[in-house]
Amino acid sequence: MPNHAMSNERTGDEIVSESYLEVRAKLLEIAATFDRIDRATDHQSLAETGSEKHKLLLAAVEILRREQPDRAESLQQLFSRPYEAGWRSEFGLSDTPRTP
Amino acid sequence: MDYIDPHIHMVSRTTDDYATLARMGCVAMSEPAFWAGYDRGSVDGFRDYFRQLTETEPARAAQFGIQHFTWLCINAKEAENVSLSREVIAMIPEFLKCSNVLGIGEIGLNKNTKNEATVFLEHVDLAVEHEQSILIHTPHLEDKFQGTRMILDMLCDDQRVARDRVLVDHVEEHTIKEVLDRGFWAGMTLYPITKCTPERAADMIEQTGGERLLANSAGDWGVSKPTAVPDLIFEMRRRGLAESLIKKVVYDNPIEFFSKSRQFGFEPRSA
Repeated sequence: MPNHAMSNERTGDEIVSESYLEVRAKLLEIAATFDRIDRATDHQSLAETGSEKHKLLLAAVEILRREQPDRAESLQQLFSRPYEAGWRSEFGLSDTPRTP
Repeated sequence: MDYIDPHIHMVSRTTDDYATLARMGCVAMSEPAFWAGYDRGSVDGFRDYFRQLTETEPARAAQFGIQHFTWLCINAKEAENVSLSREVIAMIPEFLKCSNVLGIGEIGLNKNTKNEATVFLEHVDLAVEHEQSILIHTPHLEDKFQGTRMILDMLCDDQRVARDRVLVDHVEEHTIKEVLDRGFWAGMTLYPITKCTPERAADMIEQTGGERLLANSAGDWGVSKPTAVPDLIFEMRRRGLAESLIKKVVYDNPIEFFSKSRQFGFEPRSA
């Protein structure tokens, strides 16, 4: 897929300027949510499911700090189940190409 | 700007929604068959639903100058019941000649199970046999990446399928590239929480150029916004993107894709 890089209608400075307050508010919500979780657990461990999700959220924050252009896609991958190419044999489905 | 919402479930929406959409520029829409929020118990339940999609909704839409098209199937969630699915698939040809039917959809996967894959393949057989276009649902959240790849595996291994007659819907940042690179059409669904915001959709349009790309609201009975496509138009204008690009995504592309269906008798609003 070609990268058409059409986002240069606006400069980076313009995007920072127009997004600053909105992103600041979203980051505050994230920080407040982590604080809320800590207060609710009083520094005790979370149950297994909660703990796994909590770790995923913390890993997501780490991805945001990366200096890479594909942070959104990386976050999506983090929250995704892996794809196994041999899924059809696991299901007992034929992988022979279907022809006219 | 006139626009087309290529994926919206109007059976779940009020008549006021039709009025609002018309006032916001919606001139046509397509409504794929989907899960009603409960599992239907018999093939006759689906027959009644298909009558609603082919008779009732076009009449409701027409009151507001909106042209209504539809797609038929048993959805992936109810596909766990394989015997009922086969009864529904056998009944669908009764409706394929109705004047607003564009093809088979929204078929796909939900939890990526063997039964879902089996019923998906049988829907593809039906579409090929009757020379129908296909509209595809990809799974939600953590199942989307895996399920989208499984769907693409099944489609790409089928030499009977014309890829330019398949729309793979609900793409996001981690699935859009694979769908477009393999020659399919891609649809972005604008949901407030679980899918794609207008801002992220505009990012994907900027990155791809909007070729073979559609945007929809998928408005239904859950948390959704039927006027999401106008929100995308507004966001693209706010960024200074060309009017021609906006029109391509929300009007020209749906027409180009739908025109591959014999029964797409769309009449543009007269100038």
